[in-house]
Amino acid sequence: MPLALNEEQRMLRDTAREFLQNNAPVSLMRELRDSGDSKGYSDAVWQQMIELGFPAVAIPESYGGLGFGYLGAGAILEEAGKTLAHSPFYSTVALGAAAITLGGTEEQKQSLLAAIAAGELTLAMAHEESNHHQPNTVSLSASASGDNYVLNGKKLFVAEGAIAHKLLVSARTQGNNNDQDGITLFLVDRNSEGVSCQTSTMIDSRNYADIEFNNVKASAANIIGTVNQAFTILDKTFDYGRICLAAEMLGGAQTMFDKTVEYLKDREQFGQKIGSFQALQHRAAKMFAELELTRSAVVGALAAIDDDSDNLPIMASLAKTRANDTYRLITDEAVQMHGGIGLTDEMDIGFYLKRCRVSIHSLGDSGFHTDRYATLHGI
Amino acid sequence: MSTLDQFRKETHDWLVANCPASMRTPQKRSEGVYGGRRASFPNDDAKLWMDRMVEKRWTAPDWASEYGGGGLSAEETKILAQEMEALGCRKPIVGHGFWMLGPALLEYGTEEQKLEHLPKIARGEIRWCQGYSEPGAGSDLASLRCKAEDKGDHFVLNGQKSWTSDGDKADWIFCLVRTNDEGKKQEGISFVLFDMETPGVSVRPVPLITGESHFCDTFLDNVVVPKSQVVGEINKGWSVAKALLVHERTMMSQIERNMPKPKFSTIDYAKNYLPLNDDGTIKDALMRNRLANHLMRDQSIKLSQQRAFEEGMAGTFDMRVSTIFKYISTEEKTAKDSMVADMMGMTGAGWDTDRFTFDEYTKTYEWMSNKALTIAGGSSEVQLNLVSKRGLGLPEK
Ligand SMILES: Cc1cc2nc3c(=O)[nH]c(=O)nc-3n(C[C@H](O)[C@H](O)[C@H](O)COP(=O)(O)OP(=O)(O)OC[C@H]3O[C@@H](n4cnc5c(N)ncnc54)[C@H](O)[C@@H]3O)c2cc1C
Repeated sequence: MPLALNEEQRMLRDTAREFLQNNAPVSLMRELRDSGDSKGYSDAVWQQMIELGFPAVAIPESYGGLGFGYLGAGAILEEAGKTLAHSPFYSTVALGAAAITLGGTEEQKQSLLAAIAAGELTLAMAHEESNHHQPNTVSLSASASGDNYVLNGKKLFVAEGAIAHKLLVSARTQGNNNDQDGITLFLVDRNSEGVSCQTSTMIDSRNYADIEFNNVKASAANIIGTVNQAFTILDKTFDYGRICLAAEMLGGAQTMFDKTVEYLKDREQFGQKIGSFQALQHRAAKMFAELELTRSAVVGALAAIDDDSDNLPIMASLAKTRANDTYRLITDEAVQMHGGIGLTDEMDIGFYLKRCRVSIHSLGDSGFHTDRYATLHGI
Repeated sequence: MSTLDQFRKETHDWLVANCPASMRTPQKRSEGVYGGRRASFPNDDAKLWMDRMVEKRWTAPDWASEYGGGGLSAEETKILAQEMEALGCRKPIVGHGFWMLGPALLEYGTEEQKLEHLPKIARGEIRWCQGYSEPGAGSDLASLRCKAEDKGDHFVLNGQKSWTSDGDKADWIFCLVRTNDEGKKQEGISFVLFDMETPGVSVRPVPLITGESHFCDTFLDNVVVPKSQVVGEINKGWSVAKALLVHERTMMSQIERNMPKPKFSTIDYAKNYLPLNDDGTIKDALMRNRLANHLMRDQSIKLSQQRAFEEGMAGTFDMRVSTIFKYISTEEKTAKDSMVADMMGMTGAGWDTDRFTFDEYTKTYEWMSNKALTIAGGSSEVQLNLVSKRGLGLPEK
């Protein structure tokens, strides 16, 4: 399992960094928020990302991708986290393409992955039904009717739910609400009859929707994986997503840390730089240590995806827990160490603080992942 | 097969053929081999194992062969360590000579000094101790006062060193002395080597909270040290001292790798000593959480050490990161020892080997003795100062 990026991956990271710093800086996010944009990203920037081949990075070459793997995708997401550059990349590539790669038939992979790689198809993962991440809690029902299924129920907080072309919907085809068995994954056009979206405004100014399914017809041909057996694919897809999200969070944490250290070297009180106060120095040093540990966990987890390691669930829970705790620590400290100005909208700190909060609760907070990590260790 | 794979295979085969079976069993703390004039071995196999490794020149695998080493590359050295760990081989010999003085001499010693001292370390003939701290100079090491008077071709030393680990068992000492009282305190220090049998050297063991006393006060009374035994330039010993501290801290960051492999994992302790549910999971939710958090931290630290090594090889390592390891590793180790003792409950406070197993007694012992890890070699607070100033470039007052 390699933990140092190779030259190809470093070049990809540098390309992403340069592109995003120049074309999608935090000021772009601010503009989108100020204009009340409902998508939370710029189509023009996404088009350019497609031209640079970003959606294709983690898709295998045999399906029209570039085959850089997830260390490549993670590098892009980390850079995006640094400037809070939002795009369909996370929902479509990190989650959507993963589900199709893991569970799709050869035919589905040929058509869908190629469309994602070419930037023609965007996806959203419609799974959660409560205000906490619960991978095996599914009550939205899919009942067989001839060759097809009929979906009824509601999904909450679906990222890009109101704008993606297609939805990946987890549905109950058998058993009780919390059973791992009996879940089936459907690919549904967002414009299908009976699908209605209500957008939620969230603090990170990105797009989330609650989606109602009212007698929505889904064809059996659009099932991803096996009927009743989607949980394995779903949880593995979530692991890919947890790790990719952790990579984005790492980028945000790194930026907030760098900005805070810069401020400590600049701001003066009591006739000296505030960075000369040991009370602040030691806290900054601890943040640095946490950040480095988090980077190792994230890179290790991305490598675990690329290696198809048996350790993937452990690595995913490790990476997400570390990213949750470190991003929170650093954004909280960023506000505190900036003093009053840290609370002003004029500074970008608040954007990171808010994005951090939403990220923590996406795909599992630290309580969830610490418990999962413990269970995976048999304790 | 690549050259490294070939090397791995040959190493594995050699270890299997040469490491006695008893040297592949978990080691008790008291069974460590340190060599020296008064070397002691827990049994014949330990001596045989050391002798074979000395002959193979793998006691100091990465030192050049003229200095008694094996001349292995960094990758090969790592492979040897990995294969030894995989087979559960005990360290044939350990000590300050290998961890600290050797690397510092390689960097700063004269050719004569290297040829004289390094082979004796590698062969286990001379055991070293460290004379840095003094009663008035701990964290503020550079304020040391032990005086060295210039007498032309030699110095005469007078003063006291404290906390000299194994000062009563070592043969030679590397010692910081003051050769100039004027100017900046760092600029009047010299780094000297001398035999502990030199007239005027005396040691007094100091009992610790563990009941043992392998720490000594060391008294220097008109001790004569030839100038040929100064490492680096006179008055510039601080550079040597700091370089050596980096090696000491690296060793302490990897303390578990450098110590006998434990018989049980933290999970074993949880399962053996805590109340469990019927499915074998831990009843106490807080303890389960504490253990999971420890496992995650431990895994993150190991990944970070591995990443640092790989990035070092790839030439992309950010040197600032090296400042964090002593702090994070030793803090985690002491937290873990405390957690394991808590898992054992009353047994974790047991203090004899009749009522308690040797392992239980050792855990209690380690909870106390490993508190030294966050103090010695630069305390955690001093390390945080280092991270913030060297690592992050934060300003001085
Ligand atoms: C088990 C053990 C083995 C040792 N072996 C050896 C040996 O072989 N040879 C040798 O030379 N020495 C040895 N030492 C000594 C060791 O290096 C010193 O204990 C260490 O440097 C700390 O010095 P001190 O004990 O005088 O504590 P002090 O320096 O007095 O520190 C007391 C407290 O003040 C804090 N503090 C000090 N300065 C600062 C600062 N600037 N900012 C914030 N906090 C600060 C410290 O972190 C600590 O918490 C050993 C120590 C131990 C415990």
